[in-house]
Amino acid sequence: MMKILVCVKQVPDAKDVRLDPKTNTLAREGVESIMNPYDRHALEEAVAIKESQGGTVTVVTMGPPQAETVLRESIACGADEGVLISDRAFAGADTWATSYTLARAVETLGGFDLIVCGKQAIDGDTAQVGPGLACRLRVPYAACVQKTRQVSAQAIEVERMMDDGYDVLRLPLPALLTVVKDINEPRVASLKGKMRAKQAKIRQLSAADIGADPQCIGLTGSPTKVVRVFSPEPRGDRTIFSGSVDEQVDQLVACLKALI
Amino acid sequence: MDYFFTEQQQMIIDTAREITNEKIIPVRAELDEKNQFPREILQDIAKADLFSIFIPEEYGGLGGGCFEVVLALEELARGCVGVATSFAASALGIFPVLLAGSEEQKQKYLPEIASGTRWAAFGLTEASAGSDASGIRTIAVEDGDSWVLNGTKQWITNGGESQIYAIVALTDPSKGPRGASIFVVEDGDPGFSYGKKEDKMGIRSSSTRELIMKDCRIPKDRLVGRRGTGFITVMKTLDMSRPGIASLGIGLAQAALDEAVTYAKQRVQFDKPIISFQAVQHMLADMAIQLEAGRALVYAAAKHIDNHPKDMSKVSSMCKVFATDMAMKVTTDAVQVLGGSGYMKEYPVEKMMRDAKILQIYEGTNQIQRNVVGQELNKEYS
Repeated sequence: MMKILVCVKQVPDAKDVRLDPKTNTLAREGVESIMNPYDRHALEEAVAIKESQGGTVTVVTMGPPQAETVLRESIACGADEGVLISDRAFAGADTWATSYTLARAVETLGGFDLIVCGKQAIDGDTAQVGPGLACRLRVPYAACVQKTRQVSAQAIEVERMMDDGYDVLRLPLPALLTVVKDINEPRVASLKGKMRAKQAKIRQLSAADIGADPQCIGLTGSPTKVVRVFSPEPRGDRTIFSGSVDEQVDQLVACLKALI
Repeated sequence: MDYFFTEQQQMIIDTAREITNEKIIPVRAELDEKNQFPREILQDIAKADLFSIFIPEEYGGLGGGCFEVVLALEELARGCVGVATSFAASALGIFPVLLAGSEEQKQKYLPEIASGTRWAAFGLTEASAGSDASGIRTIAVEDGDSWVLNGTKQWITNGGESQIYAIVALTDPSKGPRGASIFVVEDGDPGFSYGKKEDKMGIRSSSTRELIMKDCRIPKDRLVGRRGTGFITVMKTLDMSRPGIASLGIGLAQAALDEAVTYAKQRVQFDKPIISFQAVQHMLADMAIQLEAGRALVYAAAKHIDNHPKDMSKVSSMCKVFATDMAMKVTTDAVQVLGGSGYMKEYPVEKMMRDAKILQIYEGTNQIQRNVVGQELNKEYS
């Protein structure tokens, strides 16, 4: 019986992302929120492992009260329970404070064999929270997993996507995975799942409930300071050099000289 | 228009819509081109619990009726009528057990259908029995603890793909239609095999195949209902299922209208989007008017049928005729609005027009439906 945890995030729908030109932050008002697309794949993988191995899937999210929606959506797609980690003190958290907060929550909930996260969230795009959480929990992790090869009570064998192929990793449990979209096709929420989700009781955890150090959470606990946010200029033409290494170096030097 | 759906009905619509948008639309052109059965999509539909809509709760279903099936089918047909037909045919195939089966048969088959682990099909049509069901030649003879079936069924939707078949056979050939009975034949039964697979004009992702029974021996308890009541069960089954075919027309026409309006707003001729021309506007308006009238009739008919009224056959036939004739007209007009583009396979409307044609033919041609309405009127006014 596997005890699996999935971390999900509610993000603005990428079809509708705008920057507030005055504050340089994401304009969230009037923008529809969705479950981070990578997290749907994380959830699907967790539910598929549960179906083949037996066990439970718990979904957690750190966010404002309305983030409960993604927890109910997760239950509709096969998760057993949802936990909302919510407190005004968590506001403004960067990936450092978020991974601390999630780690405290995981320790409070206790006893997971496997934690599955999406590779990254489509709003921040850092891909840091999953690995950060694994480091704080001192469990092994594999990022960018494209396939689960084998699962047993003791270990999980996965394929980690690389630029040119993949690595095969075997991790002793407990362990953490972050997954890419190639790993599976998320299912459509079932009717019975939707009915269960509607009635499910969502457990709430505050900063005090998870015993969080006030210095380590929210804006206070976040070393990252956003100086400026801007839409990048589109990249110009790219050139790919070919030939021997020496020839390529000559071409590169010629290019750089031309720029100066 | 707001049709005041219940929360559960809205959930069914949303779920079917997600299946259509995420699983059907991206692959429909390929399934059509390759004549490929949508096995994976049906599995997705099963996982989403849509097969359980009309199965009573005590057998693992959601306990919905004809109206709930209509709502799901409309959304699926918006994606692909071939896929939606495969789904609908499973419902059609299990209706005889639902309507006339023994408690043991219901216990055995309905939970499997509800979970989507097995699919059903309905075997009525034969080479000599289409509109005229009395032309059935398949025969079932009692032999000890078994029934032995001999005959060939033709054009059976889900043939070769389903595991459970409702087969109509004559148990007392001298009595004609009154000597017909229904049997459950399962994939793998001795003497049961599949014949010719049809190459069709439309709904090409659905499977249409011959079923061959050659000394096909099945246990006694596979007889559905009492011996000789098969024809009545067939009629009741079709009364229940025809609004579903009508709703395929609604979903299909909606998809065609969506494509036509979108195209007409983008396509510029004479320096204007073609939707600004009255000739095009009137075509689109007529499409929308006919569609909404059809939808209102189908919904009303399905709700009416869920109350098991006396005039079930008439109402069921009326909505089938109206909605499917409408779908043929609307899809043809959608091709016209898209002009040359509409005729090309790069755009989805030519497939929609091909798919529409079968709706006027299967589950009773629209001519036969008009016969039913006419005969019922004759009785009502006597």
